[in-house]
Amino acid sequence: MTSTSVLNSLLGGLLIGAGAAMLLLLNGRVAGVSGILANVLGAQTGEQGWRLGFLAGMLVPALLYGVGHPLLPSGWPLAVIAGLLVGVGTRLGSGCTSGHGVCGLANLSARSLVATLIFMATAIATVFIVRHGLRP
Amino acid sequence: MKFLTALFAGILFGGGLLISGMTDPANVLAFLDLFGEWRPQLALVMGGAALAAAPAFLYIRRRQRSLLGEAVTLSDRTKIDAPLVLGASIFGVGWGLSGICPGPGMLLLLSAQATAWIFMAALGAGLLLAGRLTSSPR
Repeated sequence: MTSTSVLNSLLGGLLIGAGAAMLLLLNGRVAGVSGILANVLGAQTGEQGWRLGFLAGMLVPALLYGVGHPLLPSGWPLAVIAGLLVGVGTRLGSGCTSGHGVCGLANLSARSLVATLIFMATAIATVFIVRHGLRP
Repeated sequence: MKFLTALFAGILFGGGLLISGMTDPANVLAFLDLFGEWRPQLALVMGGAALAAAPAFLYIRRRQRSLLGEAVTLSDRTKIDAPLVLGASIFGVGWGLSGICPGPGMLLLLSAQATAWIFMAALGAGLLLAGRLTSSPR
């Protein structure tokens, strides 16, 4: 691990936390991306302004600087299956890495700590099976 | 006003995701691969973000109103039930298969790769599907 990547991680984390803090301090809302997406897609209430603002804002830096060409999961079947699991799981579990992992932990929530430990555990197990478990 | 403050918060949040490198699934999977060439960056990102946001949560939880006077609704901090455990488990499997969670997934839409759009369309379908099964929108 290079010092640049440590610095980028910490600076990135600081900015993510600052964004979450700002949304809470000014709008009184939790920066949970899965929850925001679910409410925009499901048109739950009339209060969509801040949600659309947050989602649009998220895209601005990437629009300006690009996201590069990261290697994404290969093939559409995997993308469909993984996307469905992430969607169903985050809705059922009321949060994802941002809602539980960042905001929930910042809020000292035992519920979010449990959720974070569980999704970390099943993700680590999944990666283990995919990368190491199926070798003869 | 609510739109503008959320827009600015989103810019900070999205900029952080981009700088942290978490938009690259390889970096996420390297953290999740404990038995390969493990890289701890994701923990620094998530931990750093939670630490940076913690004072705001502490303050707002006491105050119960945002600085602009909005009512604040923070979710239950203690309820650990079956949907939470099952949902988090399912999410982890999808995250481990792809290395993509909803925030970075949004940014990856701009990578102009069809896979990112397919993933996010399926994610949206999953959110709506599970929303029909549960009665606890958040």
